[in-house]
Amino acid sequence: MKFITIDKKNWAKGIEKSRETYRLFGPVKDKNGSFIRDLENDMLPDMSCHDSVLSVKSVLFPQTEKILFTTLDESKEDHHIMKRVPADTRQRAVVGIQPYDAKAIQLVNLNFDTDDYRDPYWCDAYEATTFVGVGINKPGPFDFSTSAGTGPFSETGLDVLMADLDNAYLAKVLTDKGGAFMVSCGFDTIADEKESRALFDILRKEAEKNISSQIDTGKLKDKTVLELHEAPFWDDIAFSCINCGTCTFVCPTCWCFDIQDEAKQKSAGRFRNWDTCMSPLFTKHATGHNPRDSKTQRVRQRFMHKLKYFLDKYDQGIMCVGCGRCVKSCPVNIDIREVCKIMNSYEKKE
Amino acid sequence: MENPYLPYPVRIDDIEIATEDKSLKTFKFVFLDPEDEKKFSYQAGQFAELSIPGVGEIPIGIASSPVEKGFVKFTVFRTGVVTSHLHNMKVGDIMGIRGPLGNWYPWDKLENKNVVIIGGGFAFTTLRSSIIYMLDPANRKKFKNIDVVYGARSPGMLLYREELYEWEKRDDINMHITVDGTDDPTWKYHKGFVPQIVEQNAPKADENTYAIICGPPIMIKFTQPALTALGYKEHHIIMSLENRMKCGIGMCGRCNIGKELVCKDGPVFTLAQLNKTPKEY
Repeated sequence: MKFITIDKKNWAKGIEKSRETYRLFGPVKDKNGSFIRDLENDMLPDMSCHDSVLSVKSVLFPQTEKILFTTLDESKEDHHIMKRVPADTRQRAVVGIQPYDAKAIQLVNLNFDTDDYRDPYWCDAYEATTFVGVGINKPGPFDFSTSAGTGPFSETGLDVLMADLDNAYLAKVLTDKGGAFMVSCGFDTIADEKESRALFDILRKEAEKNISSQIDTGKLKDKTVLELHEAPFWDDIAFSCINCGTCTFVCPTCWCFDIQDEAKQKSAGRFRNWDTCMSPLFTKHATGHNPRDSKTQRVRQRFMHKLKYFLDKYDQGIMCVGCGRCVKSCPVNIDIREVCKIMNSYEKKE
Repeated sequence: MENPYLPYPVRIDDIEIATEDKSLKTFKFVFLDPEDEKKFSYQAGQFAELSIPGVGEIPIGIASSPVEKGFVKFTVFRTGVVTSHLHNMKVGDIMGIRGPLGNWYPWDKLENKNVVIIGGGFAFTTLRSSIIYMLDPANRKKFKNIDVVYGARSPGMLLYREELYEWEKRDDINMHITVDGTDDPTWKYHKGFVPQIVEQNAPKADENTYAIICGPPIMIKFTQPALTALGYKEHHIIMSLENRMKCGIGMCGRCNIGKELVCKDGPVFTLAQLNKTPKEY
């Protein structure tokens, strides 16, 4: 394990230098909050951002993405034969992300990279991306990451974890990819390993002390799907929901998508767009029949997917990293921590 | 890396009106590249995405049978944007097919067993594929008795009528064709709803008998109790489900019933499996 000290005076220069090898992404603040954006020349990632509205998933899985195209011009030999939109294979680095968002990427990867099929758009982007996180010294009130299998200094899925030390960053290089990024920036001041470890440990413990809310998921595994699905509390949980879908869009682990075609004159494109299980159209059959017709069914689907189906299917914990974005963004104050508590403590009456 | 979203280019080779109300047509497709036909190696019970560039995709059960070579067939009900567009296409048009997708009827498990096939309306497509497969001279001896209960609203709404009447004449398959009603005095088959015909004609259950059901939700709802009354156990009742789908490869997230995805873990499930999942289909 290598630790590198980066004097903040050298930060901008190093980031600029990395552009020779990488296309850079990072948090950028605007009037609507912080978003992970493509960093154009001279733009620096906002390293103090610990509350990006959307997570880093959009770098690998854009809100809308053209996946195939063709010509409809019948005088062309290959008309109506679809082809892949050429992949952008340049190396990408996302710098300054919240550490648990990298864990979320690993969870979403379970869906897109399987033994049966590999989603080439996701997999290519995933392989091309280096994840540089920055530890969160003062987690906010919505953060429950430590009880969701991550934390403000979580390392899972990251290539580099950085700690913000007022005048300098201390970078913990976690993978070869991370090492290559540091080299491309020209950051090479090796820090003492023992001291650095101790420092990270102190920062992590201090940060974790600030986290005031926890969830308990310990009993979810032992309940059956039907027991939870048929439990009487879903109408109450869903009562205030307006099915806006915000929770699904801000969620770093939600991956559901729609596929839509567009034709303009003689050219056709196939696009994939983020979708949401909160929408009745999501499951509506062509016949009009809808297996999740009611709001309650849709709200139940979201929480059952995150806290039960995913857990049972992959045995890798829940499909939530505890970032608290859905809690913060929900216009009607539905709180996954509360729902988790209700589900986890539910005992079916005989 | 294989791109599972990329359809194989096909040409429409033939279009046949399948029902008297013209709401169903059977499309025969030929692969532009013969190599693609080899890659599209399927089993009876699977489905595929029919892909029309600039319009969209639809998941449809494969109606041709693995023993039929040189083409693939799909029977499509005109109901939405893509199916309406497809119904207006003509022989020679180029489009795409993505698949084969999903699992299939458990042919290994069904060897040396009696098989009862129950279908209703236009959900008979993968059942046609299955019957052709089982009746193929190379396969027929693998199965014991074959019974088929198939019903539609009226004689003109039965799919694959000529084949049905051919099978009816054979002695290695017991056909029980029915219609909800007809004023045709020459109609010589059953009249009545599928569940009722099942109750009266399906063989009694035993360890060696399996039922395969594919039909509209209402038919499935009333056929299940009929089979249970005949003594069929839940792991002897095999059903093919439908749900709204987009990707067909288990990624887009909408067709789930509990943790199972109808497109990838299904569409074929036993009743025993379904009894453990939410009824979100």
